[in-house]
This record gives sequence, C-alpha cells and structure tokens, in this order.
Amino acid sequence: MNEKPAAQVEVNAAGLSRGDYQGEPSTLCPGCGHNTISSQILTACYELNLIPEQIVKFSGIGCSSKSPTYFLKRSFGFNGLHGRMPSLALGALFADRTIKGIGISGDGDTASIGFGQFKHIIRRNMPMVYIIENNGVYGLTKGQFSATAEKGLELKHQGRNPYIPIDLAKEALISGASFVARSFSGDAKQVRELIKAAISHYGTAVIDIISPCVTFNNREDTLHSYVWGRQHEAPLHDISYVPYRKAILLGEFEEGTTQEVKLHDGSVVILKKLETDYDPTDKWHALRILEEAEMNRWLITGLIYINPTQPTLFDFHDLVDQPLNRLEVDRIRPDAESLEKLNDSMY
Amino acid sequence: MKGEKQATGDQQPKITLAPKVNDFSLTICTVNGSGSTTANNTLYRALFRMGIPVSGKNIFPSNIKGLPTWFAIRISKDGYLARVAHDDIIVAMNPKTFAEDLDYCVPGGVVFYADHINLPVQREDIITYPMPIKELIKKADVPRNLRDYMANMLYVGIVSQMLGICMESIQQVLRFQFISKPSVADSNYETVLIGAKWAKANLEKKDRYSVATMPALKDHIMADGNTAGALGALYGGVEFCGWYPITPATSMVESMMFFAPQLRKDPKTDKETYVIEQAEDELAAIGMVCGAGWAGLRSMTSTSGPGLSLMTEYLGLAYYAEIPVVVWDVQRVGPSTGLPTRTGQGDLTMSYFLGHGDTDHIILIPGSVNECFEFGWQAFDFAERFQTPILILSDLDLGMNQWMTKRFIYPDKPIDRGKVLWEEDLERLKGEWGRYQDVDGDGIPYRTLMGNKDPRAAYFARGTGHDEYGKYSENPQIWKAMLDRIKRKFETARSILPNPVLRKKNGAKIGLIAMGSTDPAVFEAQDLLVQAGLATDYLRIRAIPFSDEVKHFILAHECNYVLELNRDGQLHQILTLNYQELSGKMISLSISDGMPMTAAWVQTQVMEKENK
Ligand SMILES: Cc1ncc(C[n+]2csc(CCOP(=O)(O)OP(=O)(O)O)c2C)c(N)n1
Ligand code: SF4
Ligand SMILES: [Mg+2]
Repeated sequence: MNEKPAAQVEVNAAGLSRGDYQGEPSTLCPGCGHNTISSQILTACYELNLIPEQIVKFSGIGCSSKSPTYFLKRSFGFNGLHGRMPSLALGALFADRTIKGIGISGDGDTASIGFGQFKHIIRRNMPMVYIIENNGVYGLTKGQFSATAEKGLELKHQGRNPYIPIDLAKEALISGASFVARSFSGDAKQVRELIKAAISHYGTAVIDIISPCVTFNNREDTLHSYVWGRQHEAPLHDISYVPYRKAILLGEFEEGTTQEVKLHDGSVVILKKLETDYDPTDKWHALRILEEAEMNRWLITGLIYINPTQPTLFDFHDLVDQPLNRLEVDRIRPDAESLEKLNDSMY
Repeated sequence: MKGEKQATGDQQPKITLAPKVNDFSLTICTVNGSGSTTANNTLYRALFRMGIPVSGKNIFPSNIKGLPTWFAIRISKDGYLARVAHDDIIVAMNPKTFAEDLDYCVPGGVVFYADHINLPVQREDIITYPMPIKELIKKADVPRNLRDYMANMLYVGIVSQMLGICMESIQQVLRFQFISKPSVADSNYETVLIGAKWAKANLEKKDRYSVATMPALKDHIMADGNTAGALGALYGGVEFCGWYPITPATSMVESMMFFAPQLRKDPKTDKETYVIEQAEDELAAIGMVCGAGWAGLRSMTSTSGPGLSLMTEYLGLAYYAEIPVVVWDVQRVGPSTGLPTRTGQGDLTMSYFLGHGDTDHIILIPGSVNECFEFGWQAFDFAERFQTPILILSDLDLGMNQWMTKRFIYPDKPIDRGKVLWEEDLERLKGEWGRYQDVDGDGIPYRTLMGNKDPRAAYFARGTGHDEYGKYSENPQIWKAMLDRIKRKFETARSILPNPVLRKKNGAKIGLIAMGSTDPAVFEAQDLLVQAGLATDYLRIRAIPFSDEVKHFILAHECNYVLELNRDGQLHQILTLNYQELSGKMISLSISDGMPMTAAWVQTQVMEKENK
C-alpha cells in the first residue's frame, strides 16, 4: 500500500517521508502565522513517527480553521461550523479511541461564538489537541476585532477597541484544563515541541498560539504582531519532547535545570526551567504567572500547566475495547428474546 | 382550559338514563406535585388489566408544584383511544379549579369530590359523591408526611368501588408499580381498601356508569412513545446519543439511559457498546451527533422545537456533507417557548425546510407508540442508507402519555450500514474512489470512516463547496451537479420509506389525510361520519418525501380534508407545494390549542365544510 520512498528520500522510524505528511498547497496569505503552525504540526507528526491514518483533524470556521487542509492529507478531517469544532470532535473521537484528534480553531472561533464549547470540552478533558491560532482579529471576514484583541487597539475600519481582551490560556486554566501552553507562531521550535507534548498528552491539550495576521492585524505595537511578539516574548522554559524509547537523549539536558513530567502514553516531557522556581504542575503558580504577565504586558510562552493524571471523558465511559465504529452488527442489536421479556413487563 | 365546555342542561339528573358500561370518560383534577400520578396510573392500568381498551392523557403545567393538573381517562369498549372534550365523571381534588372543572361534566354525569372543597355545586343536572378524604386518612394511620400522597389512593378505592373496577387488578398494578418495594405496594393497597369499604357502606349508586371485565388484551402492552423510541433506538444499534434536556423529549433519553445497561452491554466483556452524553446545549448536542455519525456511529439526539431551531445549522451541514444522523423532535407547542407541556404538530414546515439554502429532509411521522419503536430502529438504517439526517416527528401526546399499543415487534430486517468502504474494499477498488461520486446511479455515494488504515481512505469533510473527491471547489458546474445529485437521493428514498396507511370505507368520495398522533381522532371520526351518512377514506402519511400513493389518494377523491394540529395547516401547505396541480382538491382543517385532537372536532369541521 505504501509506496516505498526512493532511497535518497529521508524517512522517519515509521518509514514515512515528510511528503507523507503534507497537505494541499496553502491558500492563506503569504506570511500568515497560521502557515508556520501548519508546517510545525506536520513536522511534529513526522518527528513523532505518527502514521497519518492515526490522526484526525477538526476545525471550525476562519482562516485558521481552513488550515487543516494544508497538512496531513492522508488523515481524515472535518471542517465543521463556526465555534463548534469541539462538539464535532467529541462525537467523532468516540468512534475509534485509538485515533489522535487535532482541533484547529481561531480566536474568533474559540473566544466568541465557540466560547461555551471551548470551556466544556476542557471540562470534560476530552483527549485531543486544541490549537488556537490567535491573531486578535477575524481574518476571514476581513479584520474585525476579536475578543482577544487588546484594549485600545486601533484598526483601519474598526476604530478603537474599548474592551479588555480575553486571555485564552487563563480561561483554559480556570476551566480545569489538564494541559495549557502558549507559544508564538514565529518560534518554530517551541511551537513544534509544544505540539509534540500536546499530542502525547492524554486529555484536552490547549495551545494558544499567537499567530499574526499579516493582512489585518500586524501593526508593530500590537500584542499579536510579529515585531511585538519577538521583542516581548518571555519564554517560561525551553521544552523538549522526547519519546520514551529514545529516553537516552535525556543526557542532553543539564542536570538541575530540568524537570520531567510523565505523560499518559509513557513518554516524558522534559522542561528546562528558565525561572528556577517555576513548576508547571502547580496551578496556583500558573495563574499567578499569567496575572503578572498581563500586568506587565508580557507574552508568557511555554508549558504553563500540566496534569497528566486528570481523568478524561473516555474514563467516564466503560466502553468495549474495539473501535465502536467497527462493532459487528450482532453486537449492537439485542436478541429477540430480550424484546419479548420487555413486552411482557409493559402492561 | 380543556377546550369545548358542556352546555349545562336544565333537566334534573335522570337516574333512569340507560346504563353505560365500558364507555365513558373520567377526569381526575389535582394539583401538580401532590403525588397523584401513581394513583391515576393505578386506576388506568387496572382498567387495562381488566381487558378494557383505555387511553390516558396527562394534562399538566410547565411547573414542578402547585398548579392544576388533569388526568383524563377514556374507557371505550370499541377501542377508540382519542381524547374526548367532555367528562362523564370528574374526580375533583383541587378546590382552585373546582367550579371550572364542573363545567366539563355532561348532564347526567358524576362528580366525586373531596369534601374539604367547601364550594357549592352549581349544577343540578349531575350526581355528586362527596368523599371525606381528611377523615378517612386519619383513620388510615399513615405517617404525616405521606398523608397527601395517600389521599390519592383513597379516591382510587372510592371510584373503583363505585364503578366496579376489580380490586384484584388494582392490587396487581400496585405490585407491578412497586416491583422492588412490596411493602409499599401493600400499604397503598390497604389505603385503597379503606376508600372502597367506606364507599360500599356509605354511598348509594345513583349514576349510570360502570365497567365490566372484557377478554384480555393479549397482544397489547402499555407504554409511552418516548420509551418506545428509546427502545427502538437501542434495538436499532444506536451507538452515540448527544442530548440536552427539554420537555417533552427528555424522557426519551432518560429511558434510554435506563434500558441501555440491560440491553446493550457486550455479553462477552460486560462493557458498553453505546455512549450517551449530555451536552452543554443543543448546538453542542447536534455537533457531537454529527461528528459521531460522520465517523461511523449510529448517532441520534432527541429534542423539541426550541432545540431543533438551535440544531438547524449543523443539520444543514449534515445534509450537504451527507452525514447520517437521527433526530427526534417530540413536538410541543410553539412559536417560542410557547406551551412547553402541551401537544401539537407545529414543527412540520420547519423540519421540511430546515436549514438555509436548498435542502431536503427525510421526515418520519409515527402515529402510534408501536410505530415509535419501529421508526426508532428503522431510522438508523435509512440514515446510513441515504447518508442524511432523518427527522422523526413525534409529539408530547404520543411521547409522554401512556398508550395501549400493540406489542413491539422485533426488527424484521437485518441492520443496514449503507455504503461504507473498509480496507479490503479499497484494496479491491485499487484505491479508486471518490467520496461524493454517484457510482450506482441512485444518488448515494460511498464513504470511508475515520480509523480506516488504508492511506487512500481519508478525505476532508466540509460544509463548503466540494467536488466528487471532497476537495474544496467553487466551480459553478461542480456545485450544481453536486446539489442535483443529492436531490436524487430523496427520489430514491420516496419508494423505500414507510408507506402511508389507508383505511377505506365503502363508496367514499371524500378523503381524510392526517399524520402522527391525531390518528385515533381521525380513525374514530371516520366511523362517526359514516353514522352521520358520510363515507370517507383515510390516508395516514408516515414519511416525507411522499410516496406516490399519496398522490393517487388525492387524485382518487373529489375532495381531501387535511387534518392537523397546528394553526397554518402545515401538512396541507407541503402537500400543496408537492402537488400544485391538485391543490384544488385539498382543504386544510387545522387547529392549535395545545390539546390532542378529538373525533368530535373532526366530525364537526368536515360536516360544516360539506354543508351537512
Ligand atoms: C454562524 C456563523 N457566523 C458567522 C460566520 C462568518 N465568519 C467566518 S470566519 C469568522 C471569524 C473567524 O475568526 P477567527 O476564528 O479568529 O479566524 P481567523 O480568520 O482570524 O483565523 C466569521 C465571523 C460564519 N461562518 N458562521
Ligand atoms: S487574512 Fe490574516 S489570518 Fe487570514 S490568511 Fe491572511 S494573514 Fe492569515
Ligand atoms: Mg482570528
């Protein structure tokens, strides 16, 4: 079935080349932050040796939500409705619990119309990756303010934004998320490593990625712009994802500055702390860091919070092991005798 | 409150009126939250056990405690199950509605009333039996907190004694209702006996009503449509149900939660083969259901008008992206929040046109509890066969009331999972396939499911314009061809969906057309009309798109009355749209007052139009 790649093409441990992870050519604006994220998702999956058929993509509506077409062509995907990617993913992922779900959303998609579904998927701790490509505007509808836009921001046709922005990382945290991270689309390495960690996490893994819209929101002084992002990024810690079977790589990290978080699938995230007292398993500390960052107008990036043992929605259902969508018909229709008994009891 | 009132007769009650056996109506007037449900069901089910055809309607408020509630029982030796607007017998327990309740009593009728109702009985043409409930309850020695509840059992005893309802049946019913608590069944029964004994010693029978045992109703059961729908789904192999509570649809999923563990655990591993998830709202419920349906699960939700409004956008996507889902709309009365605890058929037009842009939807309309079961399992086969949403329009009357109905029949067809390509199929096709290609000429394409390991299996589903391979497209020809192809599926469906049910009368030139829960009223009206000298044929529509039989029926009759429970005559509208050339042959007769249709209403309306 898989065509053998020619000898000179580099392949990963799954025997697949980068080409096997590619999607259709992007139709987003050149330079759009969303494109960088797509290519890091692709690279993360390649480096994790995931088979594309083991992944399923979901999205809502927006430029960001269009992007799942631009990576992992060999994976199933579903571009749903505005703000309602989480519910779509939830239903589908029950069909085969061996498949990894990656949800892509925008700040309009998540912080406005889909705010309820965002909070509720987190509350259920549905195992899936939830990436928000956050540019502070509605890109696809041509540049209105989103709910994550900074207060006081001025846009060409919109005037001045009078409202305080919603911080999606903070919202995720207070909703009980088991994995909260933030990054900046321009920091390819960090984005990639966080995506890998998120894929390995068993639970809802939220990554809020600041992803500048080059067309409608890229004034140099705004929170969601490239220039501002690059200058004000305050990485919490470097993060490097290391699959379990290659734990040998641990030697690369300096003693005393690393912290291990064991993920559900047996793999380990190693956090290199820049602030020696930062503990991503301490929720209270995570909240404080975010509050401080807001006061200082910092962009905190990195893995902000993780709880790898929080029960997930799958744990609340006692399901058969086989994928539900492959159950034989005689296992989903009770026998005739049982119906006669029911009939007898109804009088 | 209950529709047409009785004209009070001037005459004194005539004890000499002919006796009426197994043919009268009885309404129990209580306050909601007083615990009368068990008592009412006891009476109702005891009659059924005596072999007497009965129907019962709970007319209740959208409230938890303190507002008036009526339970109307109709006893009919001839098997007529429709509501009747008048009462032969009233059991009055609610002082607040007493005066009004009396208005519905027929001349010569009977009123049992709790004697703490210190109000004058204004009618001289009815027979009254006061019931010393307070005094008797003291004698009964029941704990203080149970007094109100047990008071209800007293009227069960008194009414049963006066009408001749068999005590043994009462006892059996109580044991059935308290199957795991025999001592509770016994104490209830003791209270019933106290009432019966008192009535025997103190009341002289002056009225003409009584019941008598009939041959057992062996092939019948007693159930509500929501339970039937839930069981139908479980036998239909439902694997995912996402839902959000709303009256009158809630009890369907609650029944499913009750029965699923006993019916749908894997015999080998004792693990579940289904997921029931309460969503945060209907937007999410239908999102989940669409996701699950897309990924290959038999997927459903159950809701009512306001919920269906919220689900509309996703159902439009399901229509265009061709996702099998089953949606029950247990209708209440709209517009808006409307009458949440009353019944109607007002969501038909919305369902028919559901979604923006051009859409078509398959609509199933069960007309009995038994059919709720049947359509409950069939709907999944249709959904997966046609890869489209199936809307099932039930209503509060059918869904929440207990009905005497035929025993549920085990599915007579194997499960049909529709056109799905797995790994071996793709191997056979050498990977040559397109998600939206019409290979077989029936408009129905093939689909693959998430989890398929063949690298050629995946496609990207979307609500945006797409070509035969699911790829994004804004091409005018492709868009048009896709939408035209989808329409062909509904042509294919026309002949496969449940046929209409026809009931003919000799020499009829007039047609009656109806749907759903009005069936008992139209059925009975047909007989009443014959008695009045007017023969009619009756066609009950069970599915949209209409089968050709509908057209033939309209053609074959000089005039067709379309009867339904909504203001605007929605079925009439849709029939007219479908058969414009026959529009002159159809007349709309519709009513929306929140109450189930009565045969008398049908008869009067038709006779009026016929100038008879
Ligand atoms: C129900 C509904 N309302 C409105 C729209 C129009 N709409 C399309 S994209 C969009 C905003 C997208 O913003 P965001 O999620 O931030 O994505 P971006 O384009 O910025 O990546 C809106 C309002 C829609 N598609 N559906
Ligand atoms: S409009 Fe903005 S968000 Fe949309 S593709 Fe262009 S740069 Fe990206
Ligand atoms: Mg945006």
